[in-house]
Amino acid sequence: MEQLLVVGNGMAGVACVEQILKYSPDLEITVFGDETHVNYNRIMLSSVLAGEKDADEITLNGWEWYQENGIQLRLGVRIVDIDMRNRLVKGDDGSQTPFDKLLIATGSSPFIPRIEGLDKDGVLTFRNLDDTRALIERATTGVRAVVIGGGLLGLEAARGLQVRGAEVTVVHLLDSLMNVQLDDSGGQYLKSRIEQLGVRVLTGKSTKALLGNGHVEGVCFEDGETMHADLVVIAAGIRPNVELGRKAGVAVNRGIVVNDYMETSDPRVFAVGECVEHNGQVYGLVAPLLEQGKVLAATLTGNRGPQFATWTPAAKLKIMGVEVFSAGEVREKVGVDVVRYEDPSLGIYKKLLIQDHKLTGCILIGDASDSHRYMEWLRGQTDLQVRRRNLLFPEPVADKGIDVAEIPDSETVCGCMGVTKGAIIASIHANGLNTLSQLKSATRASTGCGSCTEMCQRLLKAVARDFEEEKKKVLCGCLLFSQENLREIVQSQKLKSVQEILDIYGNGVGCEICKPALSYMVDVIWCGDHQEDRSARFINDRVHANIQRDGTFSVVPRIRGGVTSPNELRRIADVADKYSVKMVKITGSQRIDLLGIKKSDLPKVWADLGMPSGQAYTKGVRMVKTCVGTEFCRYGTQDAIGTGVELERRLENLYTPHKTKMGVAGCPRNCAEATVKDIGLVGQEGSWQVVVGGAAGKSVRKADLLITVQTSEEALEAAMLFFQYYRENANYLERTYDFVERFGIEKIRKETVYGKKEEKKALLSRLQKSKLLSKDAWLERDQPVHPTQFVQIEPMEAALV
Amino acid sequence: MRWIQVSKTDNFPLKEGRCVTIEGEDVAVFNLGDRFLAVDNACPHRGGPLCDGIVSGDMVICPLHNYKISLETGEVKKPDVPVRVQTYETRVENGVLMIAVEMEQEIAA
Repeated sequence: MEQLLVVGNGMAGVACVEQILKYSPDLEITVFGDETHVNYNRIMLSSVLAGEKDADEITLNGWEWYQENGIQLRLGVRIVDIDMRNRLVKGDDGSQTPFDKLLIATGSSPFIPRIEGLDKDGVLTFRNLDDTRALIERATTGVRAVVIGGGLLGLEAARGLQVRGAEVTVVHLLDSLMNVQLDDSGGQYLKSRIEQLGVRVLTGKSTKALLGNGHVEGVCFEDGETMHADLVVIAAGIRPNVELGRKAGVAVNRGIVVNDYMETSDPRVFAVGECVEHNGQVYGLVAPLLEQGKVLAATLTGNRGPQFATWTPAAKLKIMGVEVFSAGEVREKVGVDVVRYEDPSLGIYKKLLIQDHKLTGCILIGDASDSHRYMEWLRGQTDLQVRRRNLLFPEPVADKGIDVAEIPDSETVCGCMGVTKGAIIASIHANGLNTLSQLKSATRASTGCGSCTEMCQRLLKAVARDFEEEKKKVLCGCLLFSQENLREIVQSQKLKSVQEILDIYGNGVGCEICKPALSYMVDVIWCGDHQEDRSARFINDRVHANIQRDGTFSVVPRIRGGVTSPNELRRIADVADKYSVKMVKITGSQRIDLLGIKKSDLPKVWADLGMPSGQAYTKGVRMVKTCVGTEFCRYGTQDAIGTGVELERRLENLYTPHKTKMGVAGCPRNCAEATVKDIGLVGQEGSWQVVVGGAAGKSVRKADLLITVQTSEEALEAAMLFFQYYRENANYLERTYDFVERFGIEKIRKETVYGKKEEKKALLSRLQKSKLLSKDAWLERDQPVHPTQFVQIEPMEAALV
Repeated sequence: MRWIQVSKTDNFPLKEGRCVTIEGEDVAVFNLGDRFLAVDNACPHRGGPLCDGIVSGDMVICPLHNYKISLETGEVKKPDVPVRVQTYETRVENGVLMIAVEMEQEIAA
């Protein structure tokens, strides 16, 4: 059997092997990779750096794939020499491996500009998974990072570092960012958006030297200016790795030269990927490289025929919230029409270049939703004569499925993985696909750069029997981050107000979904030491009462543990009379609810009651339901009332992701129904069971046992640990019963009651800090946050009727 | 049309609504920072108090059932129903917010 030896375990090399396997060739395949990882999606490294994906999520082919296909995989070995006469490659581990056919897929390396002091510690590149991990390790809060290079990779690196908490400056040699893909105006639009996100940008700045003794401490520019830096990332472009081509004696220019069949000048040597030069062009983007792989697979397996044709370059910046797309030739020339649209306040810039009624290039910034259409026009050389009036905006269509219907089956939807519309539809039918992730694993469509995700969704929607929109993890359309991401961002970027988060990471506007969620987030992360913005709160949290269907409010005073007194009850009765309360209701959790109170009466009602807020209107600590316990009950084994009232005192006035109901029962008969509460304490002879995650609402769930402890104080501490842990880790509007199921009680135990002493102490001290800054919301009756907080405004001049 | 002096602009906190009764009509007034907008204080759905809603750009979200209403045009944007609330012109003079009432209304009254 012939030996095929592949040097390079990257995307292009392995994709080519995948294609070769389709021909079931009579070949023994060995793959060498100098990285120690299995084949992964290099395009997604930016997403890993930015924390949007985990490193193991970007694996393309795991170990099993190599095994199943009989491929020998040698990782961590760099091929350093080729002996063409004896057909051997030599590895840096001293190994010699024979071959019959050699496939060079060595990709490219970062281009390192001439700068003094590059050998210092803290100077990194951003090219592979190890680089990415090193960057993640160093990019901690407050680190000053300088990224040299304002191209695609540099900007993605900068944003990733910044999201992780670093103070980032991008230094670009030329006057305009992404100067290869954009024009000057486009570069300006991009610059202001990047700056808006909190990344500093210096353009027209040449770096002369890196300063520091051993570890990098600063950057010195040609103009003599210097700046501090703890971390320097070189992202100044890439260079094809052509040395092995030279050693093999094949023709090499900028890259290893290949013809339309992907053959080099030696019939035994082939090359694919970023190290290749075809027709004078070297490609650094994934789609053409996968196409090369397909062509080469045919040639190499004796099916020579398909040819590689010059590819329209296209690039998309992968930074969440920054849409940048560029394709084709973007430079203006005589004879080329330029169609432009821009709106500075929205940050939208679109430019189309048209020659002989055909699209030759385009730039989209701020809104790249039409990129697919323009790519089709570019690749298909579509005659645009009849569409000239609708170039920038698609003609309005009555039939929303028409754009999907119009695409021919042969058209490629996913350029990265080379999947056509026809193949997607066939797979949807054959495999009964209904979700995007099913489609991804069945066809690999949309697993590359992700730019065709939208189109794949639309196809699924149109074709699949039971199409299911996958639950989006993002909080809402205003900010495209998950809550977990946002918590990290808020913490690392030290954001203390809702508006700041929206301005930097979102659309600046916000809505009824994100505003309350972010309000909670800044409160809990800064333990109450945040910038409170009442306009971002739901009405209940502006006036501390529960809005009813007629626009009036309900008032529930706090009656700790459900224990009241004749005097208190008299005051409640008097208030009910005085303010013509429409109904007095004893609620399910031992509370008294006064319904039908006008907003303007609220402060007076609270004053007359002389009781604190029961927080019945908010996502916070409700009352603790108790049984009478040892004090009166003949079965009682523990002091349920005393412990319940104490629990309530320790946690009241605090806010939680969703309402938090609690119960304390003095014996296992559980009269306080503690096992269906968010947090419950169930007394036993000589001990307490602390249970969490129970529910008796829309869902009914028996709480999980967190821990069994001996004393009431230990039980209270366990409850407090869970309480703070839930506050910090649950998503807004996630009840404990969902949270406990999502996290798993074992993990929760490990990180709360079984946690290290320091961890427990830290949780409790954050809880303590929040508690110290909290206060009874109803005290705002005397000190309103705004003079008209509870007031119905009267017009200054009574209108004359 | 006649302009009525309503209240000092300080009485309207940023991005919140306040209810003012003008000629028997409850009007919700919003301070959007760069301008003031006013609409009837009743959601066309179930009459929810719009002044108590969360502001999202130039929209307000009714606190009862999340109807989304444009403060500029009064149109209901979500759900897609062809109803609207009345809008009122506003202006600020010497730190005082003024709202315009239609003459027809006066005559009718």
